[in-house]
Parts: sequence; C-alpha cells; structure tokens
Amino acid sequence: MPAPTLPLETPAADARQPSAEAIRFEDVSLAFDDKQVLDRISFRLAHGETKALFGVAGSGKSTILKLALGLMKPDSGRIYVLGQEVTQMSEKDLFTLRGRIGMVFQESALFDSFTVRENVAFRLIEDGNIPEDEIERRVREALSFVELEHTVDMFPSELSGGMRRRVAIARAIITQPEVILYDSPTGGLDPVTSTTIVELIVKQRDVYKTSSLLVTHRLQDAFIMATHYFDRKANKMLPLASGARCEVPITFLILREGKVIFDGDLEELAKSKDEYIREYIS
Amino acid sequence: MAAGDFQVQLISPAEFAKEKLLALQEYALLVGQSLANLFRRPLYVTDMIQQADLIGVGSLPIVILTGGFTGAVLALNSASTLSRFGSLTLIAQLVSVGMVTELGPVITGLMVAGRNASGMASELGSMTVTEQIDAMRALGTDPTKKLVTPRVVATVIMLFFLTIISDLLGLVGGNMVSTLLLGLDSRQYWTSAWQSLVWRDVTTGLIKPVLFGFVISTVGCYFGMSTRGGTQGVGRSTTQAVVVASVLILVVDFFVTKLLIALLGYR
Repeated sequence: MPAPTLPLETPAADARQPSAEAIRFEDVSLAFDDKQVLDRISFRLAHGETKALFGVAGSGKSTILKLALGLMKPDSGRIYVLGQEVTQMSEKDLFTLRGRIGMVFQESALFDSFTVRENVAFRLIEDGNIPEDEIERRVREALSFVELEHTVDMFPSELSGGMRRRVAIARAIITQPEVILYDSPTGGLDPVTSTTIVELIVKQRDVYKTSSLLVTHRLQDAFIMATHYFDRKANKMLPLASGARCEVPITFLILREGKVIFDGDLEELAKSKDEYIREYIS
Repeated sequence: MAAGDFQVQLISPAEFAKEKLLALQEYALLVGQSLANLFRRPLYVTDMIQQADLIGVGSLPIVILTGGFTGAVLALNSASTLSRFGSLTLIAQLVSVGMVTELGPVITGLMVAGRNASGMASELGSMTVTEQIDAMRALGTDPTKKLVTPRVVATVIMLFFLTIISDLLGLVGGNMVSTLLLGLDSRQYWTSAWQSLVWRDVTTGLIKPVLFGFVISTVGCYFGMSTRGGTQGVGRSTTQAVVVASVLILVVDFFVTKLLIALLGYR
C-alpha cells in the first residue's frame, strides 16, 4: 500500500538542541508485590536511534515505556530523558517534558467520547494558545501522514483496530516530538495492517529522525525495520541493499526475568551464541 | 485445581488494615487535589457545564419522582398517628420540616449517588483500564483537573438545586395526599407548611446537599480512577462507589445534623 504524501520536511531533531542521547536507564529496578519486574536495567537510546524491545509476556517491556514517560517511578535507579532526570521530577514538571515525547499505547488509548479530530488535536487544544485554523491545519497534516483524513469526524468506536492504531500515531506525532514510544503498535493486527503501521514507523524514523523505543512481540516487524528504509522520492518503504543494512539506526534489546540479556544491532543478534536468544529469534 | 473450583483468598488483618489505610490516603489526596485545582489554571469551565447538565438535568426526573412520592408517603404514614391525637392539621408542618431538614437532602443524595457515583466510577474506571488516563497524562493534561474537579463542582452545585426541587415536590406530594385523601384544606396546608419553617431548618437543609454532593463526586471519581482488573474491575468499582457513597451520606448526615444542632440549637 503506497504511503501518503509527505506533509512536512523538517526533521524534529533540527528544531531543538541536540542531546547526546535521547534516553538513558541506569540500574533501574522495579518490583510489583513480590515479583521483580525489572532488575538493575541499564541501556541507552542514542539520538535518532530506534531500539526494539523484546521479551516474553510480563517481562517488563511496557513498564520500561511507562517509566521513561514518568507515568511510574522505579524503586531504584535513574532515568534520563532528553537530558533530564525524570525520576526526580514532579508531575507538574513532567507535563512540560512530555510535550517533547509521543506515545502510542498498546490498545491505542483513544478517548472514546472525542472524535478523531479532537483526539489528534488534544494536545494542541489543551495548550490553549493555538488558533483554531492552525489546529485544523496540523490535524489534517497528521491524519494525511497516516492516510486517515476522511475519518476526522468519526468516533473511535466506528474505526477498525488498524485505523485506531494509525489515529494514535497521528496523535503522538502532531507536535513533532523528539522521542516516540511505541507499545506493541502492531499487536492484534493482521499482517497487511501491521506492515502499514511498520511503514509509518520507518517513515517517522527516516524522515523526521525521531528517536524511538518500540515494544513488539513480532520479530518480523523489527527485521523489516532493520532491512528497509523510507524512500522520500518514491514515497514508500523499500528494501535496503544488504551492504547498507548497518547504516540503519536500529538496535535490539532482549529482556529475560527482569534483566537485559542482549543489547546490540541486527548483525550482533544474528551472531549471538546464547541458546535462549537463538531459540527466541528462530 | 480442577475447572469450576472456587478459591477464597484470605488476607491477614494487618494486610487488610494496610489496604484500607492506603485507600483512605489515596482518597484524601484526590480530595485535596480536586479542591486545589480550583485555584489553578486551566479551569475547564466547559467540562463543568457539561457535567452539570448530565448530573443536574439528567437527574431531574428521578428527583422529581422520589421527592413527590416521599412527601406523599410521609403525609400518608403520619396521618393515622396524628389523627389519633386529633392533630391531623399538623401534617403540613411535619411534611415541611421533615422534607426540608432531612428527607429532601438525604433521599436526593441517595438517588444522585445511585445514578451519578456509579456513572462516574464506570466512566473513569473504563478510561483507567483502557489506559486513557495514562494517555491523558502522557499528552500533558492532569486527569484530576480535566476529569475530577469539573465533576466535583458540578455535583455540589447541582445537588444544591436538586434538593430544593425535591423539597418542593415533597411538599406538593404531601399536599395532594392531604387534600385528595385526607380532606384537608389546600390553602391551610401551604400556610402551615410555610409558617412552620424557620431559618435554621432551611440552613440545615441546604448545607447538607453541598456536603453530600462533595461525597458523591469524590467517592465516584476515586473508585473510577483506582479501578484495576479490566471489565470485572469496572463492575466492582461501580458497585463499591454506590455503596460507599450511600453509606457515607448517612454517616455524614448524622454528624452534620449533630453539629448543626450544637451550633444552631434545637427548634
């Protein structure tokens, strides 16, 4: 399915001060009741990089995203997002930082009682200082990016699962965030719709150079992202030549029993001799 | 464990007490935030008006019916006792004072608790389990400002006016029973009803709905925002919100009545 016409040209990173890394976790631990979900997790997400998080159900992948956004606080350790330590920030200060981060939730988390327009424009409306015509223009741009302009007056209950996911992406990108967090963006979708979603993520990565953390259960999504790029002239996702694959800024992080057991690129993953990892990716 | 087995999990008294204390703490924090938000921007006045329409105008039919029939049954029940002492004409005073000081606020509060505390708990609970509350926080909006404070303000204001309407309909119901069934004079009924009320009755009867409205909305919002466990959790929260709000209304009613009697004296 061909991708929609590109509405914007300026990568998000250019508009703000560059930071060495987008996200850094330092020895982060978190337990729920008696279960240690995360055990001294450390990793970094470089600026412009995409990191795919893998692990079995309950391994703490979604928890990492919520910690990065400050929706939860860890029991110990530090988390830095865009140079700021979120573990020490108050909820009020976090609201300001969250303006630079976008998140796509697992089940879209669209507001049921709002139309698609109101959902996508939510952050802009809450700002209170943006004129109505500017809001309308940006909503149209964001929805055309995900090819859903025709749904602007519909309610989430009238949309399919894939459409809701795309609207959630439009809502996350409307303010051109520097970091996007994706929580199972293709979960529960058919292969064709999943590829559409992956194409949007690749486009966001390559055109806007957005840093992103991607939680996914589908290895094939991450492999597509590692072996494809978004061609701006053709306006669609195309396969990379095998020699060019190392230039794609995507890495893999695998969690097991609360610990990081792998953090590297596709080549390192393919060469890994760890039995669990080999079984996981087979 | 075989399919169909039912397991009961017992928790220790210490764990139970800890759970309840934590719940009380969370409720107190929510109450504090909902009040503090009144002095912070933005105020979400549009949401307040919308909630006032849903809570106030939406509850009007049941308040009218319960107020009217409460006054009618009060007149009917008291008639047999009063007639034994030849004091049937005191019905108007009894209905008037009873409705304005006690039955009007309490019955209206219980009706609104059943309708709206459950509505708030189920709506906010559904939003919580589908991560819409997290999404709101992720998009830079404080959910207590956007969702809780408008509901609290709307419920307090609307319950005040709904109670007045309920009181009036109670008097009308009492009047209908008095005149149509008991053969009393309508003009005499209304004159007695009006003259029997003193300012402390009206003050008592209008302070209570303000407090009840606060209880209903904060309890409904608390159980909604603390929902866990999917659709089953939403159902649980909805039930708990109605039960706790209703019981708290009766408890608060007792203590407020005692306090107001101490402050304002007996009639």
